[in-house]
Amino acid sequence: MEQTELRQWENRCIQEESPRCAAACPLHVDARECCSLLAARRVDKAWAVLARTMPLPGVLARTCDAPCKAACLRGEKGGPVEMGALERFLADAAQPPKPLRPLPRNGKSVAVIGGAMTGLCAAWEIARKGFAVTVYCEAPEVGSALPDGVLDAELAAMDRMGVAIERGVTPTQDLVEAQLEERDAVFVDSDGVPEAVRYFGEPDEVTLGTNRLGLFASRAGEVSPAFQAAAGRRAANSIMRFSQGVSMVKSRELEGPYDTRLYTNLSKVEPAAPVAVGEGYDEASAVQEAARCLKCECMECVKGCVYLKHYKQYPKVYVRQVYNNEAIVRGTRQANKMINSCMLCGLCDTVCPEDFAMGDVCLEARRNMIAKGTMPPSAHEFALRDMAFADGDKCVMARHAPGADSSEYVFFPGCQLTATDPGGAERAYADLRERLGKVGLMLRCCGAPAAWSGRDALFRESLSELKTAWQGLGSPRIIAACPSCIKILREAMPEAEIVSHWSILSALGLPRTALKTGGTLAVNDPCAAREDGAMRGDVRSLLDALGVSTVEPEYSGELTQCCGYGGLLNEVDPALGQAAAKARADAVDEDYVTYCAMCREMIARTGKTAMHLYDLVYPGEQRPGDRPTPGHSERRENRVRLRERLLRELWSEVDGVAAEEFEKVRVTCTEAGAAAMEERRILTSDVQKVLLQAERSGSHLVHGETGRFLASFRPAVVTYWVEFEKTDDGYLVHNAWCHRMKIKGGQP
Amino acid sequence: MSVITVPGTGAGGWRCGPCDEDMVMKPVELTYLNSQFNVELPACPKCGYVLIPEPLALGKMHQVEQLLEDK
Ligand code: SF4
Ligand code: SF4
Ligand code: SF4
Ligand SMILES: [Zn+2]
Repeated sequence: MEQTELRQWENRCIQEESPRCAAACPLHVDARECCSLLAARRVDKAWAVLARTMPLPGVLARTCDAPCKAACLRGEKGGPVEMGALERFLADAAQPPKPLRPLPRNGKSVAVIGGAMTGLCAAWEIARKGFAVTVYCEAPEVGSALPDGVLDAELAAMDRMGVAIERGVTPTQDLVEAQLEERDAVFVDSDGVPEAVRYFGEPDEVTLGTNRLGLFASRAGEVSPAFQAAAGRRAANSIMRFSQGVSMVKSRELEGPYDTRLYTNLSKVEPAAPVAVGEGYDEASAVQEAARCLKCECMECVKGCVYLKHYKQYPKVYVRQVYNNEAIVRGTRQANKMINSCMLCGLCDTVCPEDFAMGDVCLEARRNMIAKGTMPPSAHEFALRDMAFADGDKCVMARHAPGADSSEYVFFPGCQLTATDPGGAERAYADLRERLGKVGLMLRCCGAPAAWSGRDALFRESLSELKTAWQGLGSPRIIAACPSCIKILREAMPEAEIVSHWSILSALGLPRTALKTGGTLAVNDPCAAREDGAMRGDVRSLLDALGVSTVEPEYSGELTQCCGYGGLLNEVDPALGQAAAKARADAVDEDYVTYCAMCREMIARTGKTAMHLYDLVYPGEQRPGDRPTPGHSERRENRVRLRERLLRELWSEVDGVAAEEFEKVRVTCTEAGAAAMEERRILTSDVQKVLLQAERSGSHLVHGETGRFLASFRPAVVTYWVEFEKTDDGYLVHNAWCHRMKIKGGQP
Repeated sequence: MSVITVPGTGAGGWRCGPCDEDMVMKPVELTYLNSQFNVELPACPKCGYVLIPEPLALGKMHQVEQLLEDK
């Protein structure tokens, strides 16, 4: 990622923009933080937030006219937060925080003429920047009645900050001129001096500079204490710039109130009226009022995404991590797993007010990792091996319908449907042939695992094989059932006409086999159907025709959530993948119906009843929700057997693919053995290879007590260990484990 | 390279089948990605067949693999 791209992405995410209160406050007091602490009864901490930002906080907190109030987003839901009253409560109730420590003295001195609120605030702010400050006035006078001692306490604090106050001085033009001679800069509080002293014209709006070099002044007539204080701060900034000889005007846009881009969704916010201020808040009422603050933030994307939530931040932070991850040459990359865990589902993009596409960021980062050779080898290997298998001789086929020599359509069930519900795929194909005639069949993978893992070259290779096979059939219209296949192929093969099986069924009507048992089901839209409103509509009309009444989960339609399989999350971080599936499962009480084989598997594996639409349209023996979820090995076998059976039964061909040597090894597993294999992603074929190797080499270990055998083999990049027993006609597997480290010079 | 001993790594009752020997602990070189480790592991004294026990493979070894993959 280039730095400019990083900036563009960062700039899109508005989560770090100020809430409206802070943006509207001319001093940018963090009302959100203050309310958040106060709501948690942390009174002193809440006060510290104010005292950190306000000049003369004891005075200002009691006099502030709360310009934030008009901007407060809570105003749309019951009434704005009573920030002024909260400030007054805190000023009375909190312990004074540690005194502010000004910057080290810079050796320069400034005179402030006039001791009203603006002049005092200017002196405060200028002193904080390290200047020696002297205020000339008749007497400090903030223009409001305050409890005894409040002003004196702040003046004492100013004294400690190095502000000298010369009382009993009548401000005059001569005084100003004399101070201009003597000091590095002079500030005039226009509302704290007689009219005659304002001889310098209207000060500049941004810099408060006048027609005299080094003379700064507030604009007369400001009545809001918050804006008076802000003028003092503005003067301090100008004097700082002036004394350093830097630009007086550059980047000062955020000094006063500004517009914020922060978006906060109010749709789930219940209205709540302000707590009555009365004579002022006590602690209980202040805490209650502070709790009304919405703690305005965006986080729209994070709310709906298990993955974004898991890493505890938000895209602006993530994209920087992605950038840094790529920039690392030596040392530990920290974000690989994060980059590889995004489901690439596009929900964030859809809900984000600024269209931040975390999926695009992550997919691009994966591509870069592949290009640079920094992709962790284990991340997607299992899925890519499975794809290679689905695209291998044992699974692939492309045929015209039996007896036909051309195809009007070709049915493309996809490798996940044939792996999980080969019977359903077979029945669907029969129905399509029966009702549409010349429907060919293509069995293979659409290439999604290659695309999702960022392996573009591999994806192009698989796509070109797919295209060749399709062209071999005369480029017929493709009927695909899997939403991911449809999405991927529509993007990659614009020359092909790709229709969803669901729209074909909507047009043809339900087949005779359809189970019209009715009932209520929740619809799970797969994330690949997010942008395909037509497909979602077809599915719902089919459910309607089946007599099913449907319920929609909160995240549905174009806002649907991924089941945890997308982007290969479940391969990279199975626990997080399962958490995503669980979130989906828990979203509704009703049983689910979906139209993606992987959604069905992921959700059903959480223990929730979930069925594929095929289970209703092309039912098998089991009740729709009861179809088991096959393990890794069985999924492969399902594809192989489907191909064999179809070739034999429909085309009267014998399968021409010879079994490999290892496939002849006869293996059964104990329940524990099978569970270990499934969890560790060890396939029956891996075990067969180990056993064949042990048989051939004679190398193995034997257990002193159980008499069982143990052997290992590394067919490619993973070493498998199998604990077994010999049986009459083969092997019984008790356990299996694997690792990626290689034993140097050791066994094969 | 110093030899790493992983506590609790033993033969766990396994012996070499063809050689009929008890396993003994000896330094074995393991490699992953661009890293090498010298680890004390059970091996057959005669033919050198090395055992990677299940707890090691799924525990420490797996952790190190993940670390080396920069996760
Ligand atoms: S939705 Fe997410 S990415 Fe978009 S602005 Fe909000 S926090 Fe940032
Ligand atoms: S609700 Fe809270 S955070 Fe939002 S604008 Fe109002 S005070 Fe600020
Ligand atoms: S999983 Fe989906 S919603 Fe979450 S970040 Fe990735 S693309 Fe966005
Ligand atoms: Zn031996």
